[in-house]
Amino acid sequence: MQLVERRPLPLRFRAGSLVPIVVLLAVLLVLVAVRQPGFLSPPSLLSFLGRSTPIVLLAAGQYFVIVSGEFDLSVGSLVTAQVVVAARLIDSEPSRTWPVVALLLAFGIVVGALNGLITTRLRVPSFITTLGMFLILVGAVYRWSGGAPTGGLSEEFRRFGRRAFEDVPGVGRVPYALLVLLVVATLAVLLSRSDFGRTLVAVGGNPRAAELSGVRVWRAKTLAFVLSGVAATIAAILLGGYSGVSFQAGAGLEFGAITAVVLGGVALGGGRGSVAGAMLGALTLETLFALLNFYGVSGALKSTVQGGIILLAVAVSAVRSASR
Amino acid sequence: MSSALSMPARRTSPGVFVALALTLAIGWLVVTIQGGRLFSVPTTVSLLHVAAGLGLVAVGQTLVIIGGSLDLSVAYVVSLSTLVAAETMGGADAALLPGIGLALAVSAGIGLLNGLLVTGARINPFIATVGVGLILKGYLDNGYDGPAGKTAPSLVRSLGYQRIGPVPVSFLLLLGVAAAAWFVLARTRFGHHLIAVGGDPEVAKLSGVRNGRVLVTAHVLCSLCAGLAGIYLAGRLGSGAPRVGTEGLYDLESIAAVVLGGTALAGGTGGVAGTVGGVLLLAGIDAIFNQLAVDAFFKQVIRGVIIIAAVAVYAQRARRKAVS
Repeated sequence: MQLVERRPLPLRFRAGSLVPIVVLLAVLLVLVAVRQPGFLSPPSLLSFLGRSTPIVLLAAGQYFVIVSGEFDLSVGSLVTAQVVVAARLIDSEPSRTWPVVALLLAFGIVVGALNGLITTRLRVPSFITTLGMFLILVGAVYRWSGGAPTGGLSEEFRRFGRRAFEDVPGVGRVPYALLVLLVVATLAVLLSRSDFGRTLVAVGGNPRAAELSGVRVWRAKTLAFVLSGVAATIAAILLGGYSGVSFQAGAGLEFGAITAVVLGGVALGGGRGSVAGAMLGALTLETLFALLNFYGVSGALKSTVQGGIILLAVAVSAVRSASR
Repeated sequence: MSSALSMPARRTSPGVFVALALTLAIGWLVVTIQGGRLFSVPTTVSLLHVAAGLGLVAVGQTLVIIGGSLDLSVAYVVSLSTLVAAETMGGADAALLPGIGLALAVSAGIGLLNGLLVTGARINPFIATVGVGLILKGYLDNGYDGPAGKTAPSLVRSLGYQRIGPVPVSFLLLLGVAAAAWFVLARTRFGHHLIAVGGDPEVAKLSGVRNGRVLVTAHVLCSLCAGLAGIYLAGRLGSGAPRVGTEGLYDLESIAAVVLGGTALAGGTGGVAGTVGGVLLLAGIDAIFNQLAVDAFFKQVIRGVIIIAAVAVYAQRARRKAVS
């Protein structure tokens, strides 16, 4: 029996430390800046942050679910569903914008609550629950719209994703999306430090212990799924505005969000990590995509490089946390 | 608790077969009332063909899931394997064996990589196999726009279309592979070790099981099964198809089939027989809906509901058993 643990790397950080992800992000930003010096100028950086907002929001939502020990694979399909539903209901009629936004929020909350209740009350593993929800949402939205998206978004709806405060002194153009990002990021960090946030981490770390110390595990987890549903809704509103209506609007976003969360040092399986790390992970992923663009990696090969870098980054952090 | 002492590998799960029988009976009734025939030769043959492709992938998936891991790269392995086989063969019977051999070797190599990333680099299997999947996706997207290569005619005639009565050779191949996997799990040391590793890795390690080696082997076997499914599909389609795996949703559907078959996602319990039942259930639902000319999108909704409902039923039964 091997009693002495091997310690492959002397580097050690507190669990959930933000240092690794900040270093990775900084390295990528430097690489981008070397290639494209204009990238770090305020207008281009701000518009980059604005474009990244949807995936950062999804990562924040996914963080709450993952830290409580579950998965949400339905967010990508939820984004697609919301965008397509919004286009059909608004049908280019400006006066319907706000009622539809309210409806979308309600829909996101309902989907999240269903995911949570099925997972916690019926004890279906969340991987299966949200995979089933993925199939249901995609199938339902295709059927409802007859195979091709119909209708159109109003300009009022689209402005969140595509408009900006023009001519702000000093920085120029500040996208609305960036404002949304700041508000949601602040709320997410506050929430993760609240009693509820700490409870979620405890639930993910040891559900039995949490249960015995009086936590209603099912309620905490269901709320986490609802948060993820709300995050997906806001992301859908921004994405619909920015890139328009298509059945591909949310394709693959669930894997993107989960990857971002893991890059940010959050442990799959729950109990460890921070929401700030998850959101920085999403920014890192987006910076990586920007970098690949600037270095002219063709669209198709992009996923190969992405896959390689994700494996490398997660492997390095896994080796380090194993040496704790 | 005597049930805890019984061998997990021998615990069969008849639940899925009850569901299968009920589904087929109800489906037959409904189809007959509508004036169709569910068990006509063409429908049965196409049902079994669908089952063969998905089944080969799902049997391999069962092995890694029992070991507490997961493989989300199988869809890309399937696509890659069709291409390697068809391009090596180039339409010549003389190159049949090299084509099959090379496709299997490439698949095994990917499995080895998956296994080493999960055990050696200690990357969470979800992230590791999504990462490897992305790498393969980039290679496929970059190199291929459409079908490529030409399958050896003898493979098309035999594995692709040959059948004995209503039973395609490919389905017999699935039964053979499933029987081999059952034997491995129930009767060999590797099988027992795999179940032990999936049940409790710490205990397995302390009992002298080499966890890493066992899991790597399981991953290689899983990829080999996906590669075999690719060879079958190359025989069926007559050429290599770069999107066949992802369009068939082989990754998520194979996991759904495994879980429908009563194998726990957490690892340690389950079996191959249940998986074959799960595959037949999914293929049966498909056949019934085709007969009823149900819209493809609605089919997907129902599929999602069935997967969630079936797992919920298992979970309730497992809880009742644990209480009594």
